Amino acid sequence: MNKLKIHDVSVVYPAAQGGDPVTALNEVNLTIEQGDLVVALGASGCGKTTLLNLIAGFIRPTDGYLTLGDSRIEGYPRVAVGLDIGDEVTGPGADRGVVFQKHALLPWLNVIENTEFGLKLQGVDKQERRERAAKFLKLVGLEDFHQHKIYQLSGGMQQRVGIARALTNDPQMLLLDEPLGALDALTRESLQELLLDVWRETHKMMFFITHDVDEALLLATRLIVMSPRPGRITHEFELNFNQQFLETRNARQVKSSPEFIAMREKILAIIHGDEIAA
Amino acid sequence: MTSNSLPMDALSEMPESAEATKPSINKPAPAVTTSSNGRELTPFAQMIVRQLNKLQKGSPVASGEYYGQPGAGDSRIIALFSTLFFIGLWALVTETGMVRPLFLPSPVDVVARMVDITLDGFSGATLGQHLAASLGRIFGSFALACLIGIPLGVAIGCSRVMRGIFDPLIEFYRPLPPLAYLPLVIIWMGIDESSKIMLIFLAMLAPVVLSARAGVSSVKIEQIQVAYSMGASRRQVVTQVILHGALPDILTGMRIAIGFGWTTLVAAEMVAAERGIGFMVLNASEFLVTDVVIAGIVIIGVIAYLFDMLMRYMETKLVPWKGQI
Repeated sequence: MNKLKIHDVSVVYPAAQGGDPVTALNEVNLTIEQGDLVVALGASGCGKTTLLNLIAGFIRPTDGYLTLGDSRIEGYPRVAVGLDIGDEVTGPGADRGVVFQKHALLPWLNVIENTEFGLKLQGVDKQERRERAAKFLKLVGLEDFHQHKIYQLSGGMQQRVGIARALTNDPQMLLLDEPLGALDALTRESLQELLLDVWRETHKMMFFITHDVDEALLLATRLIVMSPRPGRITHEFELNFNQQFLETRNARQVKSSPEFIAMREKILAIIHGDEIAA
Repeated sequence: MTSNSLPMDALSEMPESAEATKPSINKPAPAVTTSSNGRELTPFAQMIVRQLNKLQKGSPVASGEYYGQPGAGDSRIIALFSTLFFIGLWALVTETGMVRPLFLPSPVDVVARMVDITLDGFSGATLGQHLAASLGRIFGSFALACLIGIPLGVAIGCSRVMRGIFDPLIEFYRPLPPLAYLPLVIIWMGIDESSKIMLIFLAMLAPVVLSARAGVSSVKIEQIQVAYSMGASRRQVVTQVILHGALPDILTGMRIAIGFGWTTLVAAEMVAAERGIGFMVLNASEFLVTDVVIAGIVIIGVIAYLFDMLMRYMETKLVPWKGQI
């Protein structure tokens, strides 16, 4: 089984004019295995997004290395000019799907064309990719919106298309950068449940960034709390509130249990401690 | 207003004018339909009154528009009036003899001359032949500038090597006035059609290249990153994401380029042309035939305007998402 290993990774952004270099991440170690739903929580500037960009292959570590299975994620193009650099080193790829906070859909394509975009890139024939895209659009509740233009949809619907698009591509690992941050409470809860269902069914690795403590506790199998200046992982917790949620299907009941409330207090104390220190 | 719980007599007791005097949130203020002496206004006069009211008081937000959007609303009727006003002013100062025809012939004379040169021609060719020659040069150069400029601009935007090679070249020649390098173009390419097309092409190339390049950098990085994360190759990112994302800017650049083309046309037809609308204007100005000069200017202006409208229509068809997302 593939696993993602992050080994002593540091990222230092070069100094802006008149400033000092910024250490976005300092010696981070993390392993994500099949079936892990890792949620990263922390104040802004703690390097959550940098960590996600590293895993996605959008940026390279200044120090240390990341591996997924046998290949190192280095932010290289898959094929350099005239020579295939092979499987040992890789940049972004279809094995790691990304969902951003802002949808990043392609406005010249309609909803179903956006959803099947990844399969089209890989040369899957139209019949099959339409079917697979339709399945995930149904899952996110957009089965009646196949032909709609992206800019005709509300923000919540756009984000659901973004999630359906990532799922349709069937990656080994899903990287979600505050995917539900801009949504209303109802849509948010239904998409949390949807993501958990997908996770339980497929046992995909997920790396989920949020700054909502409740969301983090409800979803995570492993919660990492990060701290800014320099960005680093300060605490890690193993959680099972998502099991309770999947059994009861009642988010409010889970969230009002004494264990949940105690845990939330603990996390908030950590985060507030950071803010006071900063 | 009508409520089922109200007894009928209560309804009938309501003053008849209640509907009209009560400020309604759905309807705009009632339009003036009668003049001060009580006569019914014609629809045209009503429209004038409405427009004047709007200018004076401002108009409510139309459905589908936002309050506070600068310059919101339809300006076509105002544009029509301003056009008519300036033509009227032109007719007034010329027909009354305030300005001599040598300096400014009257609109009627200009139209008459247009008909004349359409039928009998001016300086060796009819208006149609002049137009055909110029349109051929403009659109020939335009096609060439798009065919070369769009791929070049995209390549410069996408590749540091291409940018390194072509950026200094284009940035160097872009600000040069076409008249400055016209002699060089003629020395190199002769005095026939090719030098004219070359000159117009060079004037059009820079805006097309620069807009395509700007279009590439306007593509959101998240869209590119998501495409890579779905397994796109570099080539696929360029053809399936960047080209589409750059299209709004490319179309804008094409519109600007056509404008530059008309500007350069007269310069291109200065040397050894026998036909062309620019040549016609130059020739007429040498002999002080002012009405032909103005006829030529009006024709160029109208054609350029029509083409711009076509391009704007194409924009709404090709990039309906522009400014929406």
